[in-house]
Amino acid sequence: MRPTLLSSTWVIARKDLAIEFRTRTAFLAVLVFAVLGVAVFYFAWDATAVAALDLAPGVLWVIFTFSGLLSLQRSFGVEQAERAMDGLLLSPIDREAIFLGKALANLLFVAGIQLVTIPAVALLYNLSLGRPLLILFGVALLAAVGLVAIGTLFSAMASNTRLAELLLPMLSLPFFVPVVYGAAQATSTLLAGRPSQEAWPFLKLLIAFDLVFLVACTLAFPYTLEE
Amino acid sequence: MTRVLEAVGLTRTFGGRRAVSDVTLALNAAECLALFGPNGAGKTTLLRLLAGLLKPTAGLARINGDPLRGDASARAHVGFISHQSMLYGALTVRENVVLAARLYGVSDVRAATERALRHMRVLERGDALVRALSRGLQQRVSIARALVHEPRVLLLDEPYTGLDALGAAALTDTLARLRGDGGTMVLVTHNIAEGLAVATHAAVMHGGRLLRLERRDDLDSASYADEYRELVGGAA
Repeated sequence: MRPTLLSSTWVIARKDLAIEFRTRTAFLAVLVFAVLGVAVFYFAWDATAVAALDLAPGVLWVIFTFSGLLSLQRSFGVEQAERAMDGLLLSPIDREAIFLGKALANLLFVAGIQLVTIPAVALLYNLSLGRPLLILFGVALLAAVGLVAIGTLFSAMASNTRLAELLLPMLSLPFFVPVVYGAAQATSTLLAGRPSQEAWPFLKLLIAFDLVFLVACTLAFPYTLEE
Repeated sequence: MTRVLEAVGLTRTFGGRRAVSDVTLALNAAECLALFGPNGAGKTTLLRLLAGLLKPTAGLARINGDPLRGDASARAHVGFISHQSMLYGALTVRENVVLAARLYGVSDVRAATERALRHMRVLERGDALVRALSRGLQQRVSIARALVHEPRVLLLDEPYTGLDALGAAALTDTLARLRGDGGTMVLVTHNIAEGLAVATHAAVMHGGRLLRLERRDDLDSASYADEYRELVGGAA
């Protein structure tokens, strides 16, 4: 019996996570990049000129954007060696399941990076570790859905080219702008201790962005596979 | 009668070059086509078209009467063994075959995996990482991966490459068993004797065209190699 969309999505995601868990190279590399990035921003920061609350959201989202790009780069790289992608395309699963499975694995990967980076930023910039930080994890996850949807699609497109490392950021970054804008605005509102209702318009932007791009990228993905 | 595997006017161009040109063929259950041809003749491209991995520029391929492109369930009947192993080096032998079984919706994943590994005589290496295996062993695992769902149509692109005597014998046994069960095959090989030994049909491909397609019983295997060389000229 042909696997359903959900079950084949999970099979693909589990495979990608198993490979990452076995090698750990990409996760460690991205994690080190994120932590070093936070540290570099910290040492370049003049606390007398810019308040921590003004700087921290920008630092957080610059780090998330670029560490996200780094992690997405490897997503289809694992399918290149020995043309493992052919093995997926030969099977009777829906092409959309390949995209959703990869996006799910990427989301968990990026969430793992966020789980370490947010406390690191909070620690270095003396941010309050209470409720706003918990909400911030939610905002980060919401933004990660949009980043991962776009990044996974463009990673698939770029992986068959010789300029994959250059193409992925060039294609993705313009589409990241609305999500980074919404996430950074929501982050600064929450960290400043302003009422969470003030962050709601930005959260709505993130939710709309996630829905539109998750659906659009899932539907567009099969066309990136045509040789 | 519905053909198990059918290609009608199958054509594929890359840029301005025709890699496969107007190929028409049909095979029934338990038939095996040995496909010979020099390098660059279009054999691999034809197999990739028959597997649904490439979109034809013109024509179509059918499995059991269903068009292969756009019909995901038709792909469930196809197994493809290519030059590349399609394996993940960071996963174990068993994990790779289990993954394939799950992707094909095999009902008893564990039993099917053990059976495929046993047939290709790599069961005892089940827990080894694929990247730690020799090329020949990887090829055996790759074949086990392609056969785990017991396909009705098997496309083989020089499957004996890299196999040692044990691996080659395991593959020959497996192909004979699949043929006995009514499996349909297309075998691409440069070894004419090897191809004719298992085939019910033989064809020569050159310049993207199928030049000669005939029943194995109608041809003289002793003179076939000479006729083949004459047909493809200096390209052989």
